[in-house]
Amino acid sequence: MSDVAKTIEAVWKIESTRLIAAIARVTHDIGIAEELAQDALVTALEAWPDEGIPDNPGAWLMKAAKRRAIDSLRRGRMLVQKHEEIARGLEWQQQRLGDALERSLDQVIDDDVLRLIFTACHPVLAVEGRIALTLRLIGALTTAEIARAFLVPEKTLGQRISRAKKTLSEAHVPFETPSGDELRRRVESVLMVVYLIFNEGYTATSGDEWMRAALSEEALRLGRMLGQLLPGESEVHALVALMELQASRNAARRGKNGEAVLLPDQDRSLWDYARIQRGMTALEQAQRLGGGAKPYALQAAIAACHMRARTAEETDWDRIVLLYDALLQINPSPIVALNRAVAIGMVQGPAAGLDALDAAATLAGDSALAGYHLFPSVRGDLLMKMGRLSEAREEIQRAIAMTKNLREQELLANRLKQLE
Amino acid sequence: MRFIMILIPKGYESAAPDALPSAEAAAKMMEYNVSLQKAGVLLALDGLLPPSAGARISYCDGKVTVTDGPFAEAKEAVGGYWIIQVRSREEAIEWFKRAPMSNNDIIEVRQIFEMADFPEDVQKTAEGFEHRNVLA
Repeated sequence: MSDVAKTIEAVWKIESTRLIAAIARVTHDIGIAEELAQDALVTALEAWPDEGIPDNPGAWLMKAAKRRAIDSLRRGRMLVQKHEEIARGLEWQQQRLGDALERSLDQVIDDDVLRLIFTACHPVLAVEGRIALTLRLIGALTTAEIARAFLVPEKTLGQRISRAKKTLSEAHVPFETPSGDELRRRVESVLMVVYLIFNEGYTATSGDEWMRAALSEEALRLGRMLGQLLPGESEVHALVALMELQASRNAARRGKNGEAVLLPDQDRSLWDYARIQRGMTALEQAQRLGGGAKPYALQAAIAACHMRARTAEETDWDRIVLLYDALLQINPSPIVALNRAVAIGMVQGPAAGLDALDAAATLAGDSALAGYHLFPSVRGDLLMKMGRLSEAREEIQRAIAMTKNLREQELLANRLKQLE
Repeated sequence: MRFIMILIPKGYESAAPDALPSAEAAAKMMEYNVSLQKAGVLLALDGLLPPSAGARISYCDGKVTVTDGPFAEAKEAVGGYWIIQVRSREEAIEWFKRAPMSNNDIIEVRQIFEMADFPEDVQKTAEGFEHRNVLA
């Protein structure tokens, strides 16, 4: 890529979200807004290598988008106007659209960006559509980059994005910031999308390493952005805290040969203390806002307990059990119960842990989670601590058979060796 | 990737110890800082007092010498820094081109080493290095 092309790409990453948001305020359709912004980008790619990068590239792109919008309207490609407006004639429409875009250009407001995020994460969309659209419109990632990150063919990803745009259009999803109870539900959806993006980068064990790290970073950036746009929403800060604290362990999570290293065995000097600091600050912010007992805040508080411990032995498991108790109350999921059983095992001994694990397995029932390899894996650990070695071996073997993840299999096989 | 943007204001090497930016300049800078924050790229920032309020500690043949500022031989001085997290060097440069600078100010952009950039033997020297103070 030439230097100018790289610079244009950088400008696009910085400007596109606000550009699309400002156009969408006028067109009320984020699909059309993105197309117009893309058209403007194409114009820039043609013009800037000769003319040089303009002093205010954002304004330049907005002007180009406006010209394209008026062109499209002239050719009847844009059908965003209401019927009564159509009756008033094309010329009037062009004038009106031009004026509106001009005003929009002058004052891209934060609310536009927030509306764009809420629309991209709208519950009417399939979750994978929300993720793709968010990365595309707010993350300014190309379709190829998103496809690479999610290990799907570019064509599939492109279709996913078009389908999402079409769904929004057909459902007449308004370009707006929700309020009241609706706001809470929609914030939840936005945070879920951000956390899924983070986890895709953090937990995936195959695929492009660089791209996965970029996904986690992008999720963190989105989190920080939301912290500015929705400063009063405690769970936004709590999610930022949770992601920072988890990401702080990145360098310690893999051994020399790429094998997984679990928390108790990690070299704590490899943790990223600048991230931990940022995570702790965000968690305090969430707690100050009165959200300490909400789901992301509780998960972040649990992570914080681990990060505060100088050694694995110093971990405050009593507090972790309390936090899991609270989390289980609001989110009675088998996974939370499983993690709580581990904590109980640390505080009250393996027998109590085993009882708690049975309760977690009951909660899982016949659901897909009943086949989750961590159930036998944790059971095997607890049995081992109780000295019931042959039973422990059986459980670990079951766990190996239940996971397809090679690194997990390795880890479990090592544990099995210790039992021989 | 993380970048530090080192601000080198014109004439800061000889500024008085109590020199402060004007309210107007501070307001412009704050607006810029907020734009970095709203884009989610800002990790940290600070402004530094002028060198006349600082000191230099130099090491020569095992001898340590402390010299109070200002430093007559200095041609420029650092006035502050930003640390941002972005996806490319170009993106860092684009952000910093937008900073509200005065005539003849300079900004130096440098990438920050990540532990993973070092070879294993260097990483090993960091073993046991824990700045726990951040967890007060």
